[in-house]
Amino acid sequence: MALLEIQDLKTYYYTLRGPVKAVDGINFQVKKGEALGLAGESGCGKTTVALSVLRILPAGGKIVGGKILFRGEDLVKLKDKRMREIRWKGISIVFQGAMNALNPLFKVGDQIVEAIRLHEPKVKKKQAWERTEKLFETVGLEPSRAKHYPHEYSGGMRQRGLIAMALACNPGLLIADEPGTALDVIVQAQVLKLMSELKDKLNLGMILITHDLSIITETCEKTAIMYAGKIVEQGDIVTIFKEPLHPYTQGLISAFPSIKAAKRRMTSIHGSPPDLLKPPTGCRFHPRCPHAMDICKKQDPRPLKLARDHYVACHLVEMGKTG
Amino acid sequence: MIVMSENIAIEVADLKKWFPVRKGFLASLTSREQSFVHAVDGVSFRIKRGEVFGLAGESGSGKTTTGRLLLKLTEPTSGTMYFKGEDITALPEKELKPLRRTMQIIFQDPYESLNPRMTISDILAEPVIVQGTAHGEAEVREKVVQILKDVELVPPEEFLLRYPHELSGGQRQRVSIARAFILNPEFIIADEPVSMLDVSIRADILNLMLDLVEKFKVSFLYITHDLALARHMCDRIAIMYLGKIVEMGSVEKIVYEPLHPYTKALISAVPIPDPTAERIKVVITGEIPSPVNPPSGCRFHTRCPVVMDVCSKEEPPLIDVGKEHYVACHLHK
Repeated sequence: MALLEIQDLKTYYYTLRGPVKAVDGINFQVKKGEALGLAGESGCGKTTVALSVLRILPAGGKIVGGKILFRGEDLVKLKDKRMREIRWKGISIVFQGAMNALNPLFKVGDQIVEAIRLHEPKVKKKQAWERTEKLFETVGLEPSRAKHYPHEYSGGMRQRGLIAMALACNPGLLIADEPGTALDVIVQAQVLKLMSELKDKLNLGMILITHDLSIITETCEKTAIMYAGKIVEQGDIVTIFKEPLHPYTQGLISAFPSIKAAKRRMTSIHGSPPDLLKPPTGCRFHPRCPHAMDICKKQDPRPLKLARDHYVACHLVEMGKTG
Repeated sequence: MIVMSENIAIEVADLKKWFPVRKGFLASLTSREQSFVHAVDGVSFRIKRGEVFGLAGESGSGKTTTGRLLLKLTEPTSGTMYFKGEDITALPEKELKPLRRTMQIIFQDPYESLNPRMTISDILAEPVIVQGTAHGEAEVREKVVQILKDVELVPPEEFLLRYPHELSGGQRQRVSIARAFILNPEFIIADEPVSMLDVSIRADILNLMLDLVEKFKVSFLYITHDLALARHMCDRIAIMYLGKIVEMGSVEKIVYEPLHPYTKALISAVPIPDPTAERIKVVITGEIPSPVNPPSGCRFHTRCPVVMDVCSKEEPPLIDVGKEHYVACHLHK
């Protein structure tokens, strides 16, 4: 059984101008010890997926359909009290923006101790401190630094502190939203290496949310490409990066320069992502798609299973015109 | 000392910018010594005419400050800058205006760098009117329409009366580019011009800049932390670390045959969007030290995996190892 299984999840934000269909019927699975990279441009709904899984959507946001099965339990239906037990102990998150996610008024160690004692009330303060110091060692921070305030940390140290905090209650699934985007490349490489090591060591399931495809190839086994609230293609990274089938995946990959590959003219995807208040009919990518056909404007393509874990939602593939 | 050849657009010699650190009242009682942030600490380079020159490094390496110094947006502490052979280091305020016509900048954030209360046509007309490169309404408008076509905001009539908030990020950055190119400048600086844009549209903006560089025959300074992009944009790159250039050379040399341990680490830290690519990781530990008291000798010695005794004592000079490839490291002499 998968650690996390998402079935036909729909999350909408209700605004005065109508519902914004931020996540509109997505399916994916994450197993233990496996990292899934959720990729897409800003506004495609990837962060909303994370917030839905933890049920911490902002006001106006609502899960309107589907199932989120974590260890077989449907999180969508859970009472708040039970959900609170899942957070941090079952699933935890490393938020975007390492610079601002820690409270500047409290020592980093105290913030982690607070999390531990809130979720495991039986743990004494002293034990919680000892655990915090161990966590610091796990993420490569000097344990004595736990007594310092966030402003005394550099960017990379804060990111490590946040990872330590997320691991405080031994979760089974770790969600990381844009880890390392605010960091310099060398520090980013250090943090990504740490996350991969932790995943293997602790047998964690991991969801890595990022717009940077190159981060996914460095750390994940699987990837799901999101566009306008839907997953257009998913599969293992070698299949997706070597033989992408969806035109959006193809466009996104060729928009990415590689430092090692031969110098070539980069290509963009024309136009910009749609307004999710009024998403295009049929396939949501059709206004930007170089291969759009008549059917694309009318009918939403179903995700088609091509191989184990490789799904593509595109009429071209359905008709056998690519691949 | 400096031999000016016809095809050098910009020459910088031993340029320094130190920012004084403001102290609290009590600290000023205990010590009289003024400390400085050594943002740019003696850089020298040349940009050839029509060349795309990259300045790359981590945040805090001084790359943006170098760009601002070149445009005279901030005064250097010492050193000299030449533009087409003319010393512009100490140019008085009055003589700056004609210089500004020939040197322009494209800023990082298209959401912050365009005045939200001005229409696109006003934003683009302003530099033309201020510099007097066109006279009369019709002539100005003609220039604005032409530049909008050049940056592929077509049909131009549709954009003239719109405000920045009505445009997408990519379109706004095109306006920024148009504003830089409308005066027919000879030198343009772009400071992280695509880092705020979505990946799917970055390539278009970069390609547009390269096309315009060729069309307008400008010299281009591209400031970035993204080496993968720098490789696709630039002819030559200089790698900066703590206010110094540690290595400089053609893109191919820097990417495929880096010599400085820092450059090697930087190149190997760049994630590769190819799951089957061979990866050789030179992961260095720690983060960039404070530029207030930069390490003695070679500034990189505190993090260098191949550090020697001499590194903490003597600062290595930037030396030519052949074919315009320069490196500042005791290992390469």
